[in-house]
Amino acid sequence: MKYDIVFCGVGGQGGISVSVVIARAAMAAGLQVKQSEVHGMSQRGGEVLAHLRISDKPIASPTIPRGCANLILAFEPLEALRYLPWLSRDGAVVAATAPIRNIPTYPEIESVLAEIKALPKAVLLDADALAKEAGNARAANIVLVGAAAKYLPLKADAIETAIAENFARKGDAVVSANVKAFQNGRKANP
Amino acid sequence: MSTETLLGNEAIALGAVHAGLSGAFAYPGTPSTEIMEFLQETAAREAGTANAFVAQWCANEKTAYESALGASYAGRRAMASMKHVGLNVAADPFVNSALIRINGGFVVVVADDPGMHSSQDEQDSRWLADFARIICLEPSDQQEAYDMMRKAFDLSEKHEVPVMIRITTRLAHARAIVKTGPRTPQNPVRKADADMSWILMPAIARKRWRELIEKQKAFAAISDGPDANPLAMKSGKLGVITTGVALPYYRENLADLVASLGAEPSHLHIGMYPMPKEKLRKLAAGVERLLVIEDGYPFVERELRGILPFASPRILGKESGELPIDGELSPDNVRAALGLPEREGFAVKNLVPPSRPPSLCTGCPHTDSLVALKEVLRDYPLHSVNSDIGCYTLGALPPYSAVETCVDMGASIGMARGASEAGLRPTVAVIGDSTFYHSGITNLIDAVSHRTNMTVLILDNGTTGMTGAQPTILPSSGLGNLVRGVGIEPEHVVTLRAHKNEHAKNVEAIRRELAYEGPSVVIMVRECLEAVKKARKA
Repeated sequence: MKYDIVFCGVGGQGGISVSVVIARAAMAAGLQVKQSEVHGMSQRGGEVLAHLRISDKPIASPTIPRGCANLILAFEPLEALRYLPWLSRDGAVVAATAPIRNIPTYPEIESVLAEIKALPKAVLLDADALAKEAGNARAANIVLVGAAAKYLPLKADAIETAIAENFARKGDAVVSANVKAFQNGRKANP
Repeated sequence: MSTETLLGNEAIALGAVHAGLSGAFAYPGTPSTEIMEFLQETAAREAGTANAFVAQWCANEKTAYESALGASYAGRRAMASMKHVGLNVAADPFVNSALIRINGGFVVVVADDPGMHSSQDEQDSRWLADFARIICLEPSDQQEAYDMMRKAFDLSEKHEVPVMIRITTRLAHARAIVKTGPRTPQNPVRKADADMSWILMPAIARKRWRELIEKQKAFAAISDGPDANPLAMKSGKLGVITTGVALPYYRENLADLVASLGAEPSHLHIGMYPMPKEKLRKLAAGVERLLVIEDGYPFVERELRGILPFASPRILGKESGELPIDGELSPDNVRAALGLPEREGFAVKNLVPPSRPPSLCTGCPHTDSLVALKEVLRDYPLHSVNSDIGCYTLGALPPYSAVETCVDMGASIGMARGASEAGLRPTVAVIGDSTFYHSGITNLIDAVSHRTNMTVLILDNGTTGMTGAQPTILPSSGLGNLVRGVGIEPEHVVTLRAHKNEHAKNVEAIRRELAYEGPSVVIMVRECLEAVKKARKA
């Protein structure tokens, strides 16, 4: 078994931290992981990318080869398009619909979403609304993990535990909002 | 023995701690920053225990290197960590430290950034290790990064030379599971012998240089020996050389390669320099084509290729076009170099996703400083704004388009000074507080000495922002005194609050200083938003 995930979004959306949460859940399940991320300049409102590779055998490259990603988890729809060359032929895209228009050349959002909808396996969702509904507007990244949960080679309970552990430091309210956000995501893509 | 999931930089830091590290010194710089961050977290936990050690940010890479050198002189294991261009700043102590008799193990960790994710160039530090004629170790993954720290300290003490650990971005910023070993106790304080081997006067330096040249034989013997640089000879016509992180990319494609060739190629992996010449000769003698895969410059490849043409084996790599000559390695460009077909993903059909460059944070104090400066400069059709390394370099992009140069740490003040002396006025230098302490102050001393007509804007946000908000080496309250202390006239040292509510006042003050015919300094103060956020989290 091997499962490769591309996490992409814009600096500040919490893409890298989510990849760490899933990596922890995978390790807790006794699997091998390699995760690669970008730091520094690009975190200032630019494109942010993390790769996570999960396998039951040793993993060589820390980055995912093109055409090999089983899942693209996109916190912003235009960013999903950027990494389509990495998506495997039977891979899935789970993406938030809300655009971040911090560049003047941002394309028409309809045409961005149409590109995603044209893929064989794509899920688009209003992650912001589901996060607000869960009680924490900043948990959109966790909503997306929930929407992708059924594709991951991990038990949903195990991911939920890793999420709870990740936010434990911030108190019960933050934990329960993020767990709710995860569940909202799951319901959106049952 | 236990297992942990560690970022490459964390594996290096933990490897150092377990190797008996007593003192670590650094200046932040992507992709090296997390080494010191991890060391500081560990040091804070162990303060007051028998394991206590020192982990300090320094004013710049040169001061960090020299502090580490002093710790080695005192007999203790010490390290300095920095990004590749940081080693340029520390080049003076670096090259000379190869000639002294290292006492406590001394390791310099240098993180190269091929592909320039967050850098001004993609220089390859292996050339500098070679230039200084020291040992360089290059780990291929997080486990090796951990293990090589111990090896580096041991080699350094055994051969009495500094040892470089060279990593690249993908090792620094990738996480994997690492098995850790036992912790070696720290060395006691034991001052270096009084044999004058730390006094590089010409007569002694000449002797030390001979000794360093003699040591090359011992280094080469290790490189060509059984404990480094594994060589596996096979019967096929292809030979592959990997270095550092090229190894996992090669392994990623190995099954397909074997299927395509019908046999496994001969393979040499280089993780230690100087290069294993005997192994290279043996490999070359057994193959017809030799592909060199290395992250960074074609260091091994150029050495093998030389200048004079020879028939066999054919050397393939970056210079022959099998691999891109710039940028970083990936599993895909390594795959192409191995002659394997591209794997297909999906294409975007009806649009081209525009790139999304980084930008200053909404509400960043730098934006208020840059907007005020721009307004003043509207009165001067001919002007020059030299800037520096930091978040404010993003002020070069629209909508600000406010700064015109970015070359190296501290260059803004020197370049503005030179431009002014050359007759281009008004000239303004835009520099952050951390960069000013790093390398700006010496240029300001030149400006005072020559009464250069220029204005320096110090954007004082109390932090090194771009690398994740590390505290500036001295509190910002000291900046005014420092600037006045080197001789900027007190009435031309102006401190302002970088905020849009103060815009009119700031414009007027900057205008006044630009009109002044002499060196002036305007300190624009407001805390970095990222630093505020980070403090709140902690």
